[in-house]
Amino acid sequence: MSAVVKLSNVHKSFGTNKVLDGVSFEVGRGEVAAVIGQSGSGKSTALRCINALETIDGGTIDVCGHAVHDAKLDRRSLRRDVGIVFQSYNLFPHLTAEQNIMLAPTCVKNKSKAEARDLAHDVLRRVGLAEKADHFPEQLSGGQQQRVAIARSLAMQPKLMLFDEVTSALDPQLTGEVLKVMEDLARGGMTMILVTHEMAFARKVASQVVYMHKGKVWETGPGAMLDKPNTAELADFVGSGL
Amino acid sequence: MPSFSLVHLEFLGWAAMWTLGLSAIAFVGGGLVGFAVALMRISPFRGVRYAAIVYIQVVQGTPLLILLFLIYFGIAIVGFQEVPALIAAGIGLTIYSSGFLAEIWRGCLESVPKTQWEAAECLALTPWQRMTRVILPQAIRIATPPTVGFLVQIVKNTSLASVVGFVELAQAGKLINNSIFEPFTVFMVVAAIYFAICFPLSTWSRRLERKLNVSRR
Repeated sequence: MSAVVKLSNVHKSFGTNKVLDGVSFEVGRGEVAAVIGQSGSGKSTALRCINALETIDGGTIDVCGHAVHDAKLDRRSLRRDVGIVFQSYNLFPHLTAEQNIMLAPTCVKNKSKAEARDLAHDVLRRVGLAEKADHFPEQLSGGQQQRVAIARSLAMQPKLMLFDEVTSALDPQLTGEVLKVMEDLARGGMTMILVTHEMAFARKVASQVVYMHKGKVWETGPGAMLDKPNTAELADFVGSGL
Repeated sequence: MPSFSLVHLEFLGWAAMWTLGLSAIAFVGGGLVGFAVALMRISPFRGVRYAAIVYIQVVQGTPLLILLFLIYFGIAIVGFQEVPALIAAGIGLTIYSSGFLAEIWRGCLESVPKTQWEAAECLALTPWQRMTRVILPQAIRIATPPTVGFLVQIVKNTSLASVVGFVELAQAGKLINNSIFEPFTVFMVVAAIYFAICFPLSTWSRRLERKLNVSRR
C-alpha cells in the first residue's frame, strides 16, 4: 500500500508553545485515519499542516507527491489534490449551495458552467441534498451546511480529504447525518484523515486510529485499539470520552 | 441694489454642477487609489503594509485646506505655471478621499472572517479569484453604508476647493453675496442645494444596504 500522506518527525511551535513535538504517521491509499486526543493535543494543527495552512518548523510532510515542508511548495497544486472540511463549515454566505460547489471547478479546473452545474448536482445528490441546490447557506441547518461543505470539497475530486472536527458544532441528530455521508465516502474508497471526538465513529470506520497527546503520537493502531489501550493516557481518554 | 433673483439661482445651479463634478473626480480617483492602498494595508509583506500605514496617517493628519494649498503651490513650484484650479482641487481631493477610503475599506476587507479566506485558499483559488469571487462580494456589502456616508463628506468638503480659486457651490454663494449682500437668503439656498445632493445619497445607501441584505437571505 503506497502512502498518500507521510509525516516524519514534524515539529511546530506557536511562539514558545510547542504544539507538535516530533509527530510521525502514515496514511495509505483508501485508508481512513482518525486522529483523536484532548483539546490542545495538536491534532487540528497536524491536520492544518498537512494542507499547508500552517508551516512547520522541522520534519517532513509528503502528501500525494507534494513535499509540503518545502519552501518552494506549489500550494495551489497541493490543494487541488487535498480537500478540507472545517468545523465551522465556512460556506460562502453570498452564494447558493450550488454556486458554492461550482466556484472551484469553474475557476480552478476551467469547467464550463453547465459541466460544473451537473457536477454540483451530482455531489449534492451524494450527500442527500439534491433539492437544496438553490438555497443559501443561512437557509440550511448546520448539518446540511456541513454536507454542502463536504460536497464542495468532493466536487474537486480530491485524492485525500481532511475533516477537522466537522461534527463538533452539531447536535447528535445532525451529527448522525454528516457521519453517514462520511461513512459512505470511506466505503467508496476515499482516503480520509479526520480529527474527531466521535469515538464510536472512529472505532467503526477508521482503519487506523492515531492518538495524540502533548504534541506527540502517543499510540496508534486499528479501531479496536480503543477497546484495549496500551497506554494509561489513552485508557484515561477513552474512559472519560465514553 | 438688486435682490436675489432667477439669474443668481441659475448661477448657483451651474456651480452645483462643478461641485458634483469635483465630487465625482474625488470619489473615483480616491476610490482607485484608496482601494490600492487598502490592499497594500493588508499585504503579507511588512514593508508594503508600513508604506500604506504611513500614507494613511499623513493624509488623515493633514487638514484638507492645507493639502489643497500644498498641491496648488507645489505644482507651481515643480514648474507648471498655470495650474487649472480643477486639476489642483481634483488631485487634492483625490488624495484626501483615498486616505479615508483606504482605511474604511481595509476594515471591511478584514471584517470578512479569516475562515472565508482559508476556505477559498483551500479550494485552490488564485489570490485574485479569492479576492474577486469570495472576499469582495462580502466586503462590498459591509462597505456600502460607510462609503456612501463618506461620499456625503466629499460633497461637503469640495467647498474648500474655493481656496485655490475653484468656483463651486460655496464660492458661487460667496460671489453672489458680495454683489447683493443678502447673506441669509443666499446661504440658505446654498445649504438647500447641498442638502438636495446629500440627502438622496444617504437614502440610496440605506436602500442598497437593505437590498444586499435581502439577496443574502
